[in-house]
Amino acid sequence: MTTISNVAAQDSALPKVRVDLLPLLLVPVLALLMLPLIGSFPTWVTLTVAGLAMGMMVFMMASGLTLIFGLMDVLNFGHGAFVSVGAFTATLVLLPMKSWVEADSILLNLSVLGLAILLAMLVTGLLGWAFERIIIRPVYGLHLKQILITMGGMIVAEQLIHVIWGAEQIPLQLPTTFRGAFIIGDAALEKYRLIAVGVGLTVFVTMFLVLNRTKVGLLIRAGVENGEMVEALGYRIRRLFVGVFMAGSALAGLGGVMWGLYKETLTAAIGGEITVLVFIVIIIGGLGSVGGCFIGAMLVALIANYAGFLAPKVALVSDILLMVTVLLWRPQGLYPVAKR
Amino acid sequence: MIKTLLSSDLPRSRLLSALLLVVLFGLALAPFLFPGARSLNVAATICVFIVLVASYDLLLGYTGIVSFAHTMFYGIGAYGVGLALHSMGPSWWAIFVGTAGALSLSLVLALVIGLFSLRVRAIFYAMITLAVASAFAVLASQLSDLTGGEDGRTFRVPEILQPGFHLFEGEILGRAIDGKLITYYLVFCSALALFLFMLRIVNSPFGRVLQAIRENDFRAEALGYRTVIYRTLANCLGALVATLAGVLMALWLRYVGPKTMLSFEVMTDILLIVVIGGMGTVYGAVIGSALFILMQNYLQVLMREASDAMAAVPLLANLFHPDRWLLWLGVLFVLSVYFFPTGIVGRLRTRAAVRRPR
Amino acid sequence: MSEPLLQLEGVHTHIGQYHILQGVDLLVPKGGITVLLGRNGAGKTTTLRTIMGLWHASRGSVRFAGGDITQSPTPEIACAGIAYVPESMSIFSDLTVRENLFLAARGVKSADQMDEARLEWIFGFFGALKKFWNQPAGTLSGGQKQMVAIARAIVEPRKLLLIDEPTKGLAPAIIQGMIAAFRELKQTETILLVEQNFSFVSALGDSVAVMDGGRIVHSGSMAELTEDRDLQHKLLGLSLDTHQ
Repeated sequence: MTTISNVAAQDSALPKVRVDLLPLLLVPVLALLMLPLIGSFPTWVTLTVAGLAMGMMVFMMASGLTLIFGLMDVLNFGHGAFVSVGAFTATLVLLPMKSWVEADSILLNLSVLGLAILLAMLVTGLLGWAFERIIIRPVYGLHLKQILITMGGMIVAEQLIHVIWGAEQIPLQLPTTFRGAFIIGDAALEKYRLIAVGVGLTVFVTMFLVLNRTKVGLLIRAGVENGEMVEALGYRIRRLFVGVFMAGSALAGLGGVMWGLYKETLTAAIGGEITVLVFIVIIIGGLGSVGGCFIGAMLVALIANYAGFLAPKVALVSDILLMVTVLLWRPQGLYPVAKR
Repeated sequence: MIKTLLSSDLPRSRLLSALLLVVLFGLALAPFLFPGARSLNVAATICVFIVLVASYDLLLGYTGIVSFAHTMFYGIGAYGVGLALHSMGPSWWAIFVGTAGALSLSLVLALVIGLFSLRVRAIFYAMITLAVASAFAVLASQLSDLTGGEDGRTFRVPEILQPGFHLFEGEILGRAIDGKLITYYLVFCSALALFLFMLRIVNSPFGRVLQAIRENDFRAEALGYRTVIYRTLANCLGALVATLAGVLMALWLRYVGPKTMLSFEVMTDILLIVVIGGMGTVYGAVIGSALFILMQNYLQVLMREASDAMAAVPLLANLFHPDRWLLWLGVLFVLSVYFFPTGIVGRLRTRAAVRRPR
Repeated sequence: MSEPLLQLEGVHTHIGQYHILQGVDLLVPKGGITVLLGRNGAGKTTTLRTIMGLWHASRGSVRFAGGDITQSPTPEIACAGIAYVPESMSIFSDLTVRENLFLAARGVKSADQMDEARLEWIFGFFGALKKFWNQPAGTLSGGQKQMVAIARAIVEPRKLLLIDEPTKGLAPAIIQGMIAAFRELKQTETILLVEQNFSFVSALGDSVAVMDGGRIVHSGSMAELTEDRDLQHKLLGLSLDTHQ
């Protein structure tokens, strides 16, 4: 008995756990770098908060997609459909409950937002279940067909939104207490943006806790690495897939609600519009990595805002330029996930 | 002789051959059979789309690459010729310069995208092409001084192609021989030539290697074929032909604009056609394009009538509203990927093969 | 003679167009170590994977503890009491040693509830695991990873352990440690062991089956095989004491 322990102890001292902090530092470094370029501190604050808020919302929309891809090796080109459906479902709460929206009470406003989010996540979660069963399940492992079929699914979903809600734009009213901004010194911090940051952080922390502290989370992380072994340990990975797909779709729905309110008008194409952005974010972050997705979303959003102020024409393609730069540095994205 | 013309890739189904002949003669004689301006436009669009979709099939059906950048090359061709004619005046020289410039740009972009992205997985590649194409579309609509922005540009074409031009007085078979007709035949003949060119490519040894790569790229690599090179070549060829399709479209419409040439709608149209028509069969582009463009223009009339009939039930009326034709096409598309992966052409060929006496 | 714990009858397995198992008849009695020997490519790993349901037999039957598991899905087979330690170890590198074992402990909801006594028992012959308890498994050495893989299979009592080449690529000193660990394990567990290291196997095995060309060509007791050099030569191509 002692032989092995000794041998093992002589083998090596406790191996150092290298936590890859470099990508994490990119966000504050970028923000600080921009300060001298922008010149005025208040403007910088406004832009940074705007970037963080947008980043949070993009993270919410993208996180589900990257997790689904990491675990199930399925890329849902129709992910934007869940964003759109989420946003439109929110209207089913926000429009009838106009009084709560217009009330000057933060409690009522937060409640109606909460209800809208709840309904949206429920509907998109169920839609995700149906999508997985009907559209995705027959094409596991067949990437080509997956791409085609999920695109088809998105087209159908977008058209169905037109059928149900009509083809015109729907204005979404921002709840009263969410309007306007806090003025601190010379800087204006829009209230809704702060709420978005709050919601986004809650989502991120929750995901972090689930993935790291619960058995289900461990199963997901293990499944991303080696699904076969998870099955050999006695877990039905198929059920895990369905659960993750539903969760990912619900997250997209949540993101859709926040994004829709941010833009204040809804069109069925709202999901399709951000599809490219979401793809860029998950490529930058590394397919399958939630942490990478978070950082990627922050970087993309911050750069879009800074560039929008400093060099508007560049801003439109800033996300692509960022993607190319990151890929040249780390071809698999910021945090490549260990694959079998 | 027909065999050589079609590069030994015969339809292999009597029904298919019949349909192809119908399409061929319909397009060849369109100015005389369907004289209205609208119908001639439909015919010209079908010609251009046959080429555009066939070039996409080279990538998707034969090499197994999903790329969303195809409309970008189409747009480059259109804008190349359009901007050249706009700035250099209506001359054949301008057309030449524009086309040459467009082909060069497409080639460079195809090479860059190909070499950069083909080393990565298919999914990555698809996403990257999506990102690049959308960036390009944004650029085109933002650099309005050059490109005319959202509204695009109209321009004049060389005299012989202008609608007002008449080759001679009088009519043949009830139609004046005017510039529109000449332009149409320019489009038709070019499309036919390019189509036969595509047939030749996919049936050549090069084409066979592409198919081997599609089936199993490991094995192809093990057999000694540098798959990256073949894929890049396929990418470039597809891009170049798509560029030429864009040139033809610009000459026909005498207009270029981001919505008609660079939008994601065009990409979805191509995808729908290639899947429903039949991936990996160049004829799929013919049947698919004809079907799609005809439906796009004429089915909507039927849908409007159905929708009006159901006005009592708003939800149903909405379902059949002519603007929703994309819904039905989307459903058809999803069903095709599941149940008819070989598309209409594949279906017809299988049925014919089954029927053929052993 | 009590019913064997595991019984394969006439099992054929096809992978794609390759016919790998061509009629395998194998009996694994309860208790002790049954060794599966054979050259590379004989079909040993395929046999284990077929038992585990990762590949399904196209013909024949696999019976375990009185039930037919031939076409059962893998999770069900695992829950019936079979643990699998694959050739590639398949530990989850991103998870710590603790988390790896926690996942394998199906019965517990939280990591603190894992059976302390059982863990101490495991630490008894795999001391390194205690030391690296909170390290990501990916940072461990090859031998340590193997310990994690085996520990995963025994963190809860199982009826049968399928272990595929545990000493592959390990240093001789570590292998010595493994022998001691297995000696302890076989007292309580039933193990079907695939191995090519004959000295490892001759010290531990109780019964042996030799595979060649997708079939079992010999089965009997380990003692019998160790003594009969002609048989060794005939079956394995060389005499077993020259084989490492």
